[in-house]
Amino acid sequence: MPFMPVKFNLQKRVKLAQGLWMLYWFSVIAGILIFSLGIFFKIELRKRSEMMDNNESHLVPNLLILVGLLACGLNAFGGKVCHDSLDPIKFSKWKPMLKTYLLLCCGFNVLLVLVSLLCFLMQFSVYLTLAEGLSYAIRFYKDTDTPGRCFMKRTLDMTQIEFHCCGNNNFRDWFEVQWISNRYLDMSNDVVKDRVLSNVEGKYLMDSVPFSCCNPGSPRPCIQHHLTNNSAHYDYDHRTEELNIWTRGCLEALFSYYSSLMSSIGVFVLFAIILESVDMAGLKYLSTALETMAEPENPECESEGWLLEKGVKETFSDLLTKLKTFGRTNQVEGGDAPEANT
Amino acid sequence: MLLKITFTQQRRVRLAQGLWLMSWLAVMSGAFIFCLGVYLKTELLRRAEVMDNTEIHMVPNILMMVGLVSIGTNWVATRVCQDSLDASRFPRWKLLLMAWFAVAMLLCCLLLAVVVLSYALQGRLEESLKVGLRNGIRFYKDTDVPGRCFQKETIDRLQMEFRCCGNNNFKDWFEVQWVSNRYLDFTSKDVKDRIRSNVDGRYLLDGVPFSCCNPASPRPCLQYHLTDNSAHYSYDYQAEELNLYSRGCRQALTDYYMEMMNSTGPGVLSVILIQMSVLVSLRYLQTAVEGATALEDPEGESVGYLLEKGVKETFEDVKANVLDILKFAQVDPSAAEGSPGAEDAEKPADNTTEKAASPTPSPAS
Repeated sequence: MPFMPVKFNLQKRVKLAQGLWMLYWFSVIAGILIFSLGIFFKIELRKRSEMMDNNESHLVPNLLILVGLLACGLNAFGGKVCHDSLDPIKFSKWKPMLKTYLLLCCGFNVLLVLVSLLCFLMQFSVYLTLAEGLSYAIRFYKDTDTPGRCFMKRTLDMTQIEFHCCGNNNFRDWFEVQWISNRYLDMSNDVVKDRVLSNVEGKYLMDSVPFSCCNPGSPRPCIQHHLTNNSAHYDYDHRTEELNIWTRGCLEALFSYYSSLMSSIGVFVLFAIILESVDMAGLKYLSTALETMAEPENPECESEGWLLEKGVKETFSDLLTKLKTFGRTNQVEGGDAPEANT
Repeated sequence: MLLKITFTQQRRVRLAQGLWLMSWLAVMSGAFIFCLGVYLKTELLRRAEVMDNTEIHMVPNILMMVGLVSIGTNWVATRVCQDSLDASRFPRWKLLLMAWFAVAMLLCCLLLAVVVLSYALQGRLEESLKVGLRNGIRFYKDTDVPGRCFQKETIDRLQMEFRCCGNNNFKDWFEVQWVSNRYLDFTSKDVKDRIRSNVDGRYLLDGVPFSCCNPASPRPCLQYHLTDNSAHYSYDYQAEELNLYSRGCRQALTDYYMEMMNSTGPGVLSVILIQMSVLVSLRYLQTAVEGATALEDPEGESVGYLLEKGVKETFEDVKANVLDILKFAQVDPSAAEGSPGAEDAEKPADNTTEKAASPTPSPAS
């Protein structure tokens, strides 16, 4: 008893072939979209790789690019098969390949499921990389004369301006590092000497933040220095001041950007999985409908199409017995060889 | 006949098909022009707060209007092409085609005008930006005045996005009070000194807002006491280059908009070319099909041309037609008044013409 059989006459077969052809071309476009999303994601990771200490994993965008290309190829082939399906001469060329093609599509779907899962799970890895990378970035902010780190200041400033954030978790991260290079400190000055001596490591620490933490939406010109000292500024209370500098941390800001990007890519890949499954089902129906034509010479005859030749359980048990016999033939051969020797 | 070409039936069919495709291409280019106009308008509106007048908006407005009209006109052309090879359906387009040619010529002229305007209005744009930015800098501190409370945010975001400072350069900030009185401690000696140092009683300082800071500077940004070398360690006001943005915002914005309009120049010129070719091809198609329908054998050869007579004669004809229409309009009111007088004047004129006519046959006979 075939699984989900459907009767087909000529008109239905023609409609199925045409509809399936269009669907395959939609799937090609979806494949192109996945490819471009992969490239976009890769570029975004490269743009901010300094914030991630050049340590970020490019697994997800690389997989997306590969999957996109594969999808284009597989679906274009499927479209070609559909295009030729109503011409018996052309279709007989493709008939022997169909079984392998459907198996390939199955495997490709599994790969898509894996990619979609990765899109959601790799967000943790991105979070950890960002946390580590940003703490290094803040530490190396002042090293504009060290080769390899001289653009860290500019990158971090532009990131804070663009993402409306300050510091790693919040602006107090800037109080714990020396972000002014020693080249610009007057070491003979008393104030400077006091600050440097005030901590074990001899760092020039202050309760100030760089200008890129400033919020343009504040009604007051930006207060960057002496942030915790209420008396240093007129009419200023650092506990109630909200709009002066950005309160969000860059870790949170960057992570929410990347996680929303990865989540939307994951959802799109899920949609692509559904599209691929529908394509596969349609192709199975079309190929079985063309094979079961009672009179191959008469195109107008009726035929039946199905998804599986027997029921789900029977197909599954068939598959299992096949695997077992495959294993047993290997064993039998091994048993024969010692017998032949003796 | 101007630039005549002979058309066989096959050539006419080919011309109609090719013109149909080209008309759809022209519809697309009309949509492209419309989108271009919308894009320019949005970009101009985004910065409308630092512009004093809206003269420059003429360019995107014309582009949008031309785009819409062009879509409609070229769609009509596609319908004409579809009907052109059907002898029963083509004649109804006859009157419309004259109007169509006029509209198409007008569209091409308007597009050319847009290209010229986008260069000519540069000076006006600069003036508008100068006044707008000056006001923005003056009202920077007025974050508590309704109607001006967002000037600070606008100017800050502008300076950060376009990497510029002040109107012409950063010294513009030295001439205005950009710190509101609400945040000044009037009991402080420094504040009192600064206010007394100028006639208007403004708190002027040699400092700039944080949005002028250049992130590419190797040194943390120096905003205040910019002219005082001793206020900062290892600092020379004359030699310091990267600390702040050196460009003025007026220059930055003008460059940005000019670049945008210049880059649309080639696109607009190619649309003009497409429209002209549609116009010429449609004229050829019209004359060829009309010539074919006048023949005994509609499938035979016919001649297509641009103008029936030469350029000068067509011009004279058009002038005469226009004058006729004008004279017709003029004669009507005067005829109503002096119709009896006019009839009397006509009768002796007829007699004189008859008298002039009569002697001539006798010498002939």
